Amino acid sequence: MSGRLVAAEGLPWPPSVEDFYLPDVAGPWVTKFSLMIWLAVGLLIIFFMATYRNPKLVPSKGQWMAESVYGLVRDNIAREQMGKDGIRFAPYFTVLFSFIVVTNLFGIVPGLQISPNSHIAFPIVLALITFVMYLYVGARKHGLGRYLKQSLIIPGVPWPMHILLIPIEFLQVFAVRPVTLAVRLFANMFAGHLILLVFTIGGFVLLASDNIFIQASSIFAFIMAIMMAFFEVLVALLQAYVFVTLSANYIGSSLATEH
Amino acid sequence: MLVAAEGVEHHPLVPLWQELVIGTIAFALLCFVLLKFVMPRMEAMYQARVDAIEGGLKRAEAAQAEANQLLEQYRAQLAEVRTEAAQIRDDARADAESIRTEILAKAREESDRIIAAGRDSLAVERQTIVRELRAEVGGLAVDLASRIVGESLADEARRKGTVERFLTDLESAGAR
Repeated sequence: MSGRLVAAEGLPWPPSVEDFYLPDVAGPWVTKFSLMIWLAVGLLIIFFMATYRNPKLVPSKGQWMAESVYGLVRDNIAREQMGKDGIRFAPYFTVLFSFIVVTNLFGIVPGLQISPNSHIAFPIVLALITFVMYLYVGARKHGLGRYLKQSLIIPGVPWPMHILLIPIEFLQVFAVRPVTLAVRLFANMFAGHLILLVFTIGGFVLLASDNIFIQASSIFAFIMAIMMAFFEVLVALLQAYVFVTLSANYIGSSLATEH
Repeated sequence: MLVAAEGVEHHPLVPLWQELVIGTIAFALLCFVLLKFVMPRMEAMYQARVDAIEGGLKRAEAAQAEANQLLEQYRAQLAEVRTEAAQIRDDARADAESIRTEILAKAREESDRIIAAGRDSLAVERQTIVRELRAEVGGLAVDLASRIVGESLADEARRKGTVERFLTDLESAGAR
């Protein structure tokens, strides 16, 4: 990017897409992003195995924390969206939810400071699983033909409308749902990181100015950066919740008997 | 810039295929471990806790019901005892009343009897006295008369008849 202005201490300004593609640690398979993914997987396995090694009816603090996550997903997402059928999906949703929460929160963890989900590859993997899951669940429950008919044909509509509606419904089920699922999570994390870059690096750029007033104004940039970091926590949790809730909703609609 | 030095331009919506593979493997591993070793136990614990809480509630409800039943029972018993006590008190009062009237009646009867007896004995006494007096008065009168007249009336029977006649005359004169 030859057009980029390199400010004090060699900080790239303005932030660009390339800031999301860090140099490989050791080849394309061992990057900061892949290491963070393994870190998230390791942390979650250790957390759940440690807190649930010896579960008791009256839980310890750790066990209580693990159960709170499970309880939240089980009762507030799975059962809310899918009714009683949802409970058998609650374990998977809990894994999905905690994985997204942890990887999202990496975006504000010092030293990591970027969420793996700001690379669309990871949201695509998660959205694909949901996509395959709701197709499979629907086809297995109703049979493939009936499931397709059920999800494409809206009952109680005059037949010429189907010329318009069937392609829309088809697009909805086979493209819009999985794509929006992946892009929503990716875009939130991408934008969040970009905002933090703008205020943090922007602050340093202002600080490097010759003018004392411009230097002083950098304080506002840093305050904004800190506020946005807290805001990112909210977004991280919210996006995990939204992703899992929509997954539950899609799977639930596949299980439902009517459109 | 190191990235720029690599000379690769990235598009944010195009995934890196290595990351797709790593993401799939890593997430699959996470799912495998947690779904196999942790989550089933968590659901089981969840159910166990629900059972425990519901069981506890049920037991508490049963205990409550039993306590209520006992309370009702005690209340009923207490009410029963109270009415019984009231009954006994009423009975005692009635008994006392009847005993009182009985005793009074007896006493009245007794007093009546005593009065009657007194009256009878008085009458008998009076008759006796009258009879004795009559005999005495007769004798005295005869004595007096014989003394006054100075002659003895030899014939007992006649003397008696005279006295009787005299006394009868006296009585009839008194009655008149």
